[in-house]
Amino acid sequence: MAADIKAPPLREYPGAPQPLVPDAMAASKPYVATDKMQQAIGFPGELTDGWQQRALGKMGELLGKYRSLKVYLDACVHCGACADKCHYFIGTGDPLNMPVARQDLMRSVYRRHFTLAGKLVPRLVGARDLTKDVLDQWYSYYNQCSECRRCSVFCPYGIDTAEITMAAKEIMDAVGLGQKYSNEIIGKVHRIGNNLGLPGPALADTLEGLEEDVKEETGADVRFPLDEKGAEVLLVTPSADFFAEPHVDSLIGYAKVFHAAGIRWTLSSHASEAGNFGLFIGNYDQLRTIALRIREAALELGVKRIVVGECGHAWRVAYSMWNTLAGIGAGGDDPFARQLQSQLDGRYKQPMHICELTWDLIQRGALKLDKEANDHRVVTFHDSCNVARASRMGDMPGGQFEIPRAIIRAVANKYVEMAPGTTHDATFCCGGGGGLLTDELLDLRVKGALPRMEALRQVADGQGVNFMATICAICKAQFTKVLPYYGFKMGMVGGVHQLVSTAIRLDASH
Amino acid sequence: MTAFFAILLYAATAVLVGGLAVRIRDYARTPAPLKIPTTPAPTTRGGVALRMLREVALFESLFRSNLWTWACGWLFHAGLALVLLRHLRYFVEPVWGWLAFVQPFGIYAGFAMAGGLAGLWVRRLFVARVRYISTPSDHLMIVLLLAIALSGLAMKYVAHTDVVAVKAFALGLLYFEWQPLPADGLVYVHLGLVAVLMLIFPFSKLLHAPGIFFSPTRNQVDDPREQRHLAPWAAHLDPKP
Repeated sequence: MAADIKAPPLREYPGAPQPLVPDAMAASKPYVATDKMQQAIGFPGELTDGWQQRALGKMGELLGKYRSLKVYLDACVHCGACADKCHYFIGTGDPLNMPVARQDLMRSVYRRHFTLAGKLVPRLVGARDLTKDVLDQWYSYYNQCSECRRCSVFCPYGIDTAEITMAAKEIMDAVGLGQKYSNEIIGKVHRIGNNLGLPGPALADTLEGLEEDVKEETGADVRFPLDEKGAEVLLVTPSADFFAEPHVDSLIGYAKVFHAAGIRWTLSSHASEAGNFGLFIGNYDQLRTIALRIREAALELGVKRIVVGECGHAWRVAYSMWNTLAGIGAGGDDPFARQLQSQLDGRYKQPMHICELTWDLIQRGALKLDKEANDHRVVTFHDSCNVARASRMGDMPGGQFEIPRAIIRAVANKYVEMAPGTTHDATFCCGGGGGLLTDELLDLRVKGALPRMEALRQVADGQGVNFMATICAICKAQFTKVLPYYGFKMGMVGGVHQLVSTAIRLDASH
Repeated sequence: MTAFFAILLYAATAVLVGGLAVRIRDYARTPAPLKIPTTPAPTTRGGVALRMLREVALFESLFRSNLWTWACGWLFHAGLALVLLRHLRYFVEPVWGWLAFVQPFGIYAGFAMAGGLAGLWVRRLFVARVRYISTPSDHLMIVLLLAIALSGLAMKYVAHTDVVAVKAFALGLLYFEWQPLPADGLVYVHLGLVAVLMLIFPFSKLLHAPGIFFSPTRNQVDDPREQRHLAPWAAHLDPKP
């Protein structure tokens, strides 16, 4: 733990309003991307003269391309419904972390340059020129939004700050002011195939090691196949699953499920990453190019199904956007999309979440489960923001809440819900999403975790909860890092398929 | 004064209708390239219509957010809707039966409207978060609406206006046969402020009214795996068949 970073005190009444602490986080900034990182993904290397005009030009372009941006910049009435809903505001008290104030950083510029009122009477309507100071404020505060959409749930017009944050990042990238963490990772995914920069041979090695580990633990020959043509399922999972703790325990869980159900599956070295940071920087081309890797891998390997591992924003992109971006789903009519549709098995949802797959198998009685194996755990479930508010599982709205919980109840005896208002579609972001999972933002991340930590403290003290399950690689990494700041053990967080892995009984002869 | 108000109201109506039409066409023509409904979301168009109805008529999301803001906001908007209905009688002759029926409710609605506005203003003035995000125009907008409501109520309860003459004036506007507007300060104030409201409507945050219907997080169907959603500008990126 970094000594100079401290967790804010838990509040006695978690619903209580925060006192405003202006400028509390004004100095919080992630590292700026180098010109090399920028140019590698097609952005200008640095901020140069004339950037204002280029930024406003980009803003005008985005206003014509995204209805969300245009409507949301117009429609806000400053009612304050969202003001106290952001975990970063709750954790920092900085008024510019209120969603509406964060939006206004761009709205003020929009009014000044794109509306009649802002051109005529800027002071009256809070309009501002796009100066270097304003741009610096953008860089600071749009990198304090995890694009979790909690504000949009409570807005009477559904204004989603994430849409504004993404547009701001897109504009900043377009003038050469990129964020190092996200843009460097996007470079890696293109160059190497995954966010962590794990090359194919290293990946093969890792998977071999996992096979040995599981053999030792269970006696079963559970396989972790890579690039196997003719497999039924292509599993696309966040690369953290390959070696980070506790992520890898969920990967073992998926493998055991496939093994027990007798499903031939494979990973792909070409698409060894489910994450798509193109979403975080709001760049359609990146989003699309990264998504197309999945289609290429599926066509190359000839699989019948595409399944996505435990990853929040990846599932958002896969569920809500893969069909649009890469024709994975029904309705695409370019030659590749048509070939993919004829290849994929129409009886299954495409793409499918690993939780949907596992829950189907459990319902059909295809898995042998020993719930008692998890009796040392009292489990709660943290809904990951992008899964909760930007996707679905199963056939019914809300399946994204019910299915992971149903799996947990099927594999563990002791399950406890956290306080209402902190779960389901009102869940709090872990504090590390949206491209903020980087060490220089640790102070922000620790503070942003406050509301989740308060809810966890309640059930930990009250009902003895000692395991918080989640289905997101970022949540897992973020909590592992920040739990100790709040006096919890970092091993308290883990995946839903980690629980499945513990409970599942394998037939060694399989 | 009759000519002044007649021209002012024609101009205000033209700006309101024309301005809104331009804005709405702009919203309608701007594509939403990605599926972004805030989930859980309805999986059918009918479900979306119902979600929108709940949002517009009951302010469902605001209700979940903050009871005070919801109560004041809903009181104001529902009051305003009834008051507008009540005012419809100035433009129809003879007055329809149902319109005669809603008249008394329109009076209570006037008080509800003013009360709701006052509550919203108190919140804007005294809740630190809301004060922080308020611009001068936010306060002025409430003042404007409150002045319209109070001047209207004053004509009913303080200094009675010759409503028969006002109706003749209104019908005259409608049929382009101008009739004299009663020389009454309150009428001038009331109509003048209404004209201001109409003039600024298409250029202000009042665009939340048409805006909500175009909000992708609320108006999209949750069916991305079943239906391909593609914006025209994004369709050009697909390889050609």
